[in-house]
Amino acid sequence: MAKERKRIFVRGRLLIQLFVAALSNSYITGFAAGKIYQGDLKQLCHPGLNCYSCPGALLSCPIGALQAVIGSRAFNLSLYVFGFLLLVGATLGRMVCGFLCPFGMIQELLHKIPFPKKLRTFRGDRPLRGMKYLMLFVLVVLLPLILTNPAGEASPYFCKLVCPAGALEGAVPLVLFQPASAGAQVSGGGLGLTIPIAPTVDLIDPASASQYNVGTLFYWKMSLLAAVILLSVVLYRPFCKYLCPLGAVYGALNPVSLYRLRLDKAACIQCGACKRACGMALDPIHELNHAECVRCGDCVNVCPVDALSMGFGNKKAGRKEKAPQGGKQA
Amino acid sequence: MRKTRADRLWLPLSLAGALMIALGALRGEVAVVLNKAVRICLECIGIG
Repeated sequence: MAKERKRIFVRGRLLIQLFVAALSNSYITGFAAGKIYQGDLKQLCHPGLNCYSCPGALLSCPIGALQAVIGSRAFNLSLYVFGFLLLVGATLGRMVCGFLCPFGMIQELLHKIPFPKKLRTFRGDRPLRGMKYLMLFVLVVLLPLILTNPAGEASPYFCKLVCPAGALEGAVPLVLFQPASAGAQVSGGGLGLTIPIAPTVDLIDPASASQYNVGTLFYWKMSLLAAVILLSVVLYRPFCKYLCPLGAVYGALNPVSLYRLRLDKAACIQCGACKRACGMALDPIHELNHAECVRCGDCVNVCPVDALSMGFGNKKAGRKEKAPQGGKQA
Repeated sequence: MRKTRADRLWLPLSLAGALMIALGALRGEVAVVLNKAVRICLECIGIG
């Protein structure tokens, strides 16, 4: 019974991820016409990383929105977006990464592709995870604040230089679904590459309209995207672990969030099953609600004595089954 | 299960977040977010 319940939970998470990804990118007209949604819903932020230049996106990307406000002439700090991240992070923590982030789901699905040698962790893995805090501080906050053009506006540096979600969810569908007759043609310089990119100039951000071209930046971002895709097959969620500034914000709030992992120490038999099951290479018993935990629930599912549980608040984990024989390690 | 101070921290943080959202909306940040989000951000997708 408990095993069946756990299987439903595992399948349920993927269904939730698929549902959220489909719902938040459900502007089908955008895919058909190579346009993006321009309605009022885009005033609101998506809790996960979902590029607002994706043709189907109904909501704004919080990281893009944060850079837009900080990099604008009018504001140096975004109370609106920081407040949103604080509210979501304090209630859900990195449960957003495990359940609600479309790009996290894509990486998880890629990780299901069979590969001879999957890497769980490696030397330098933990220190490298600090890079996402650097991304947040330098590319999302600091550079948009200080590196402005003469008009006082700054580029969204993280989106521009790093974000593979923008390349995958924005550039690829816009290039693929744009009818050649309707769009402006972008020349690829010496390579003779011509890509239709947008139906009308008024849809394009004026700040970047004067310099659009398929050049070094495009190839750099496609290379990064290819690297993340390939790495995702070998490593569990590499972008979430090392680069995602949203994961950094939610990670900082993970230890105090309302939605949390709970451990019944009296029930735990120290079998190590949760540690072996954790894709983020954590030890849930000693690192409960760690900043790196994406609340995927894999540890909860493999616990033979239901010592671990997940939910809102600190309710005690239920003890459902007796320990299997020989389950305890020496 | 005994509640620690950290276990209760989510509430003031959430309230602070909600307050910040309201203040941000009042001072017009929503318009900046919308203005950016309704245009194809070429830089964001690597063609800018």
